[in-house]
Amino acid sequence: MTTGAGSRDTDGLKGAREHRVRTGGVELCVAELGDPSRPTVVLVHGYPDSKEVWTEVARRLVDDGDFHVVLYDVRGHGGSTAPKPLRGGFTLEKLTDDFVAVIDAVSPDGPVHVVGHDWGSVQSWEFVTVQRTEGRIASFTSISGPSLDHFGHWIKKRVARPTPRRVGQLLGQGAKSWYVYLLHTPALPELAWRGPLGKRWPKILERVERVPAGDYPTSSLPRDAAHGAWLYRDNVRARLRRPRADAYAHAPVQLIMASGDVFLSERLYDDLGLWVPRLVRRTLPARHWVPRTRPDQVAAWVSEFVTANEGGAAPREHMATGKYADRFGGQLVLVTGAAGGIGRATAFAFAEAGARVVAVDRDAEGAARTAELARLIGAPDAWGETVDVSDEQAMEKLAEKVTREYGVVDVLVNNAGIGLSGPFLDSSTADWKEVLDVNLWGVIHGCRLFGRQMAERGQGGHIVNMASAAAFQPSRALPAYGTSKAAVLMLSECLRAELAGQDIGVSAICPGIVNTGITSTARFTGVDAEEEKRRRKRSSRLYGLRNYPPEKVADAVLRAVAENRAVVPVTPEARGARLLSRFAPKALRAIARLEPPL
Amino acid sequence: MTARGTTELPAGLRGFRDVQALAYACAETVAAQLRPGVTEREAARMQRLWLRERGVRDWFHLPFAWFGDRTAFVDFRVPLQFFPTNRALEPGMPFILDMAPVHRGFTADIGYSGCLGLNPVHDKLLADLEAHRELILREVRERRPLREIYEDVDRLMVRQGYANRHRAYPFGVVAHKVDRVKERRLSPHFLGFGARSLKGLASDVLHGHRDGWSPLWSPHKFFDHPPRQGLWAVEPHLGFRGTGAKFEEILVVTDSKDPEESAFWLDDDLPHVRRWAEERTAA
Repeated sequence: MTTGAGSRDTDGLKGAREHRVRTGGVELCVAELGDPSRPTVVLVHGYPDSKEVWTEVARRLVDDGDFHVVLYDVRGHGGSTAPKPLRGGFTLEKLTDDFVAVIDAVSPDGPVHVVGHDWGSVQSWEFVTVQRTEGRIASFTSISGPSLDHFGHWIKKRVARPTPRRVGQLLGQGAKSWYVYLLHTPALPELAWRGPLGKRWPKILERVERVPAGDYPTSSLPRDAAHGAWLYRDNVRARLRRPRADAYAHAPVQLIMASGDVFLSERLYDDLGLWVPRLVRRTLPARHWVPRTRPDQVAAWVSEFVTANEGGAAPREHMATGKYADRFGGQLVLVTGAAGGIGRATAFAFAEAGARVVAVDRDAEGAARTAELARLIGAPDAWGETVDVSDEQAMEKLAEKVTREYGVVDVLVNNAGIGLSGPFLDSSTADWKEVLDVNLWGVIHGCRLFGRQMAERGQGGHIVNMASAAAFQPSRALPAYGTSKAAVLMLSECLRAELAGQDIGVSAICPGIVNTGITSTARFTGVDAEEEKRRRKRSSRLYGLRNYPPEKVADAVLRAVAENRAVVPVTPEARGARLLSRFAPKALRAIARLEPPL
Repeated sequence: MTARGTTELPAGLRGFRDVQALAYACAETVAAQLRPGVTEREAARMQRLWLRERGVRDWFHLPFAWFGDRTAFVDFRVPLQFFPTNRALEPGMPFILDMAPVHRGFTADIGYSGCLGLNPVHDKLLADLEAHRELILREVRERRPLREIYEDVDRLMVRQGYANRHRAYPFGVVAHKVDRVKERRLSPHFLGFGARSLKGLASDVLHGHRDGWSPLWSPHKFFDHPPRQGLWAVEPHLGFRGTGAKFEEILVVTDSKDPEESAFWLDDDLPHVRRWAEERTAA
């Protein structure tokens, strides 16, 4: 029953085998991509969408994951016909009938992996919690769409015992659901969608949701959206009033939560562990339409989850246990200066969170060692690269190699830095050049090369620049170092403003006095070699006595990325200096005159 | 890295070697009996009973057992935290058994690291301890000051990517002297340490202080002198993100001019040394 290819907007689904499946009085438009002998992944779209919302993700799942990908238009949407009458034609029971008919047609023998977004996820929750699909679903990835039953229980629990916090959660989600109330009004939504709203919707998506323009949404949008209003009217009130008590998932579930979603509160999923025995959580710093705005990350997580759950309920062999595993799992993180100190600790912290790590350093052995240990503690993969960050050409080569072999960097940590201490009048231009080349130009090269790649990919990212408490605490002992770090701080702030529109965050970390190797390699100007050696030893000893561990700075780096913080002072002295720089700069100037006890 | 054959050892050293071998046998036996659910207290008791049955009456210190992230002394602030707790062993957990029995007047102090099932991080730590054993022996033979050796061990740990966890021991020692103890009918102990051994150590501290040396091996200025002859229980302890590993065994330092004779490990037939040799032949 295959119709001619390209009958409707299928440009984005080139090479798809489109056919129609008849079920319960409607005809569903089903598209298949990839080798049918491979694991089948069924993508279910939401509201107001059609299967074309998945084009970017589907292409990656076929090309990179080599999966058999199946998409279908939900009844009343896209190329599928609408039930008659509309009222009562969109209940979850009927949608489940449709789903079963589709998987009967595309994968009669093996179970399928389901991925749902928005209302596609809402209905997939029904698929994965009802008896009749048991054994037919191998895994389910839920994106921005809760189970109505779980939602109903969530509300009941909060209404039954309303603590202030619970009331706050109820009101918060209640406000985010404004459109649900509107969709329950008769006729009005249909009029709006078929009229002005339908016309303006692509622009609204682009501006508010930052969905890239292109062949999506399709021309069927007004009709899809008008029909889809019945998804809400047929199900929401009924299910929220009488949620099923047995809505337990019979397959492993991966929950991808968009932390910037304006329609869904993160709190909705707090109790999910009660309903899903095998749950993996993921967090994406993005808005609602992640299949359009973050296709790389969505496809990567779906691929990983499908592969892990292929062949029955095989337990996941390796799951990172770090605090931010939901946020950084599988992401590509590049850290410079990763052979020791804060850089190494940061690489390890990301590795524990399940990120893939590129450890860059001048010291080849140290970088390789960091990569080796990173693999042991949770990084699915890690590489050591030997590069001097101040060498522009070497950095360009690195950027090219990383993109070619490992992919686009999701998080860049410009950490490499060197110390230089001594009076300004005793510092040569060569001294200055050395410090600025590493501390400032290294950061500039990193931001320029990898930041551009992030911007070109257009799927967000984060840059962390290691500044210093010396960026706002002047000192007679650190003119060159402080200058370089102040420049890094300002660069980070400017870049943050520039890249904010592209969802690329920029953070500056100001650690303070941390027990690392920087003191043992620092240079001291204006003194002879013997005295320099003595001062190195002495400062190392003082830093050792202070003994603030680099691991705590690494934690601050991960937190800064997860929360997209702008400037993060870490040690108490760094926090204090920052506070003083705002309210009592004179005090800082007085401190700056003190001779350090070296 | 040579220990000398049994025949060469003077009678005194043989006594020390025997009790060290006994202690390691105890560690291996107890380690083989550890199952999920066994607590640190139970493991410590198992060591104590096993050694008591074999004639141990006095202790330099009572047996310790650390499980999980306690092997890396995570969040240790007061010395009481070293004592065994009710933490139960779980699959994949690293553990360390540390005991110092006195047998027929000879003291041993050993540390045994293992893990229940697979733990690649622990395996790596244990493998990387070999470099420390070689480094310490080499530099002691070169008669480098204790403080410098301590710092070199520290640097090697940092280069390896690990944290120095012997720093958490009392006085931050990487080693301490052990000696003969007179056997008496009563063997009281105080906070886990045998009273007679403590007395010996204290009198060494007192006398050593007058002559500018100490039976403890710490990173402080006072230790800027070459190792004093005698028997040193050396215990480098590595930590890496909640996993710790150590070995502890006796290093003999003599006044011989021959470098080979001037310092040597009392015994090379120990579990960790055998393990490294096996890994080398496997590779």
